[in-house]
Amino acid sequence: MSMPTTITSPSLPSPSPVARARRRSTWGDVLFYRVTQGFALLTLLLLSGIIVSLVWGAWPAIQHFGISFLWKAEWNPPMQRFGALIPVYGTLITSAVALVIAVPVSFGIAFFLTELAPGWLRKPLGIAVELLAGIPSIVYGMWGLLVFVPIFAEYFQPVLAKTLGPLPVIGALFSGPPIGIGILSAGIVLAIMIIPFIASVMRDVFEITPAILKESSYALGSTRWEVMWNVVLPYTRVGVAGGIMLGLGRALGETMAVTFLIGNINSFQGFSLFLPGNSIASALANEFTEASSELYTSALIELGLILFLITFIVLSLSKLLLMRLAKSGGTRT
Amino acid sequence: MKPISFSWLAWRRRCVNYTATGLSLLAMAFGLFWLLWILWTTFSLGVSGLSLALFTEMTPPPGTEGGLANAIVGSLLMVGLAILIGTPVGIFSGIYLAEFAQRGWLGEVIRFMNDVLLSAPSIIIGLFVYTVYVAYRGHFSGWAGVLALSLIVIPVVVRTTENMLRLVPSSLREAAFALGAPRWHMIMYVTLRASLAGVMTGILLAVARITGETAPLLFTALSNQYWSTDLDKPMASLPVVIFKYAMSPFEDWNKLAWAGVFLIVMAVLALNIAARTFFGRKMV
Repeated sequence: MSMPTTITSPSLPSPSPVARARRRSTWGDVLFYRVTQGFALLTLLLLSGIIVSLVWGAWPAIQHFGISFLWKAEWNPPMQRFGALIPVYGTLITSAVALVIAVPVSFGIAFFLTELAPGWLRKPLGIAVELLAGIPSIVYGMWGLLVFVPIFAEYFQPVLAKTLGPLPVIGALFSGPPIGIGILSAGIVLAIMIIPFIASVMRDVFEITPAILKESSYALGSTRWEVMWNVVLPYTRVGVAGGIMLGLGRALGETMAVTFLIGNINSFQGFSLFLPGNSIASALANEFTEASSELYTSALIELGLILFLITFIVLSLSKLLLMRLAKSGGTRT
Repeated sequence: MKPISFSWLAWRRRCVNYTATGLSLLAMAFGLFWLLWILWTTFSLGVSGLSLALFTEMTPPPGTEGGLANAIVGSLLMVGLAILIGTPVGIFSGIYLAEFAQRGWLGEVIRFMNDVLLSAPSIIIGLFVYTVYVAYRGHFSGWAGVLALSLIVIPVVVRTTENMLRLVPSSLREAAFALGAPRWHMIMYVTLRASLAGVMTGILLAVARITGETAPLLFTALSNQYWSTDLDKPMASLPVVIFKYAMSPFEDWNKLAWAGVFLIVMAVLALNIAARTFFGRKMV
């Protein structure tokens, strides 16, 4: 007899335990969803706030110097005249030196780790390379200044000057007094710092090459090098480019190591790599807390903005390239 | 047609292969060489600077004895607080990306920005905190340093949390749903718990990363010669003190800097190795 009564009274809310639990859970779900979304948006907001705040901080300098800030070579705080050319040049040239050294070495390391090393050796060596990436840049900087530079100036620079110096075009890059600190030593230490990043990306992308492709090539009688050069590298070249871009992004923004080694001179000395110079990041590290006027501070912030835009473009490119490889390879890297 | 001399071709190919193998071995040795050299320098110069005074006395003026106590405490304090602030933000954002926004433009945008900022120059983070916080407050402070460091923690934790959650098999999720668990229950008690080791590893790696960060502290926390735990005042930190002491011409300052470098390198290596044994996978 109880059955009909429940059926004939549909207007009564029936707070059965199941329904109550379901309502509570959807409410909890919505709340949870909103909270996580809120944090994700906060992340996005904080990070995109960087650009806005830099533009805002740099505004006095942008207004005062206009677009010519980019190619003026003068950096004269007492006269309130600022131009970005010297630090931008220093940033680009040290990163270029670093890439010239780091790319072949990283390729060699990745080749060794994926194709040559015996199985038991791969893991410890891989970890060693990653530990090199974990060492803070201040350690590289201090080691570079106090240990590497004296040895470099005494033994390597004279040899470089003697062997490469007389060559027609490259010679100009290796001339001048062997004083140790300067663009070349900053570039070399930067190379040591970015090798682990590029090498581990290259190793990861080499590993996604399908084994069947490599095995087919070996079955046709290819040597290991031929497999690497003709099969693995063409298959992964987009990812390799992405890894190089990632290393470049690191090198461009590296602060402490370069600050110790580049010499921090704000005037153009010449094209030789032996000469000291300045980079954007080290100009900021050295001068920012000492900037005495508003214009000086905002010119430095504008330098930071330029650095951020350059690295943003490079890193976005890296990300896009790696994503393209991941899509064509069918796996996430 | 003249037949190509087969043996000559084979010989050439073998030569190229041996050369490439040799060069690759050299490259590996080159990489390890720097690691060993840097570690050796750190050990040999750092150990001699170790003493009890290092942990009990303040950073000295040039020419006198002293330690790094205020810098060590400042670093611990700022790193700890930055992790406390950055970790929840990072974990919840990671959950959003992995569980709610696998597809869709918002997820893609956040993911993209996050990955770019994972590798963005840390000095820019310092500049950002300077313009929005230090310039606004009018003075350098420990809080500004904490803020800068937590902005470096967030992308690292987001990336590892998302990656780890994505490794959890969907069958676990479906099982939880089948039992009638609400979604947030499923995430907090099933998927997040399943990937706890990985998420912890990400946090350890984030600690390792910010322990040695110098650039973002230069114009946020600045430094402080004296003992201070007041986060509203400039605060000393190990990396900034090392920077100052290493650049100086005074020998006892250099010695202290090497001792500081030794402490940092040991801490970072220990954290990295702990993170890798904790969860034997590479994540960031």
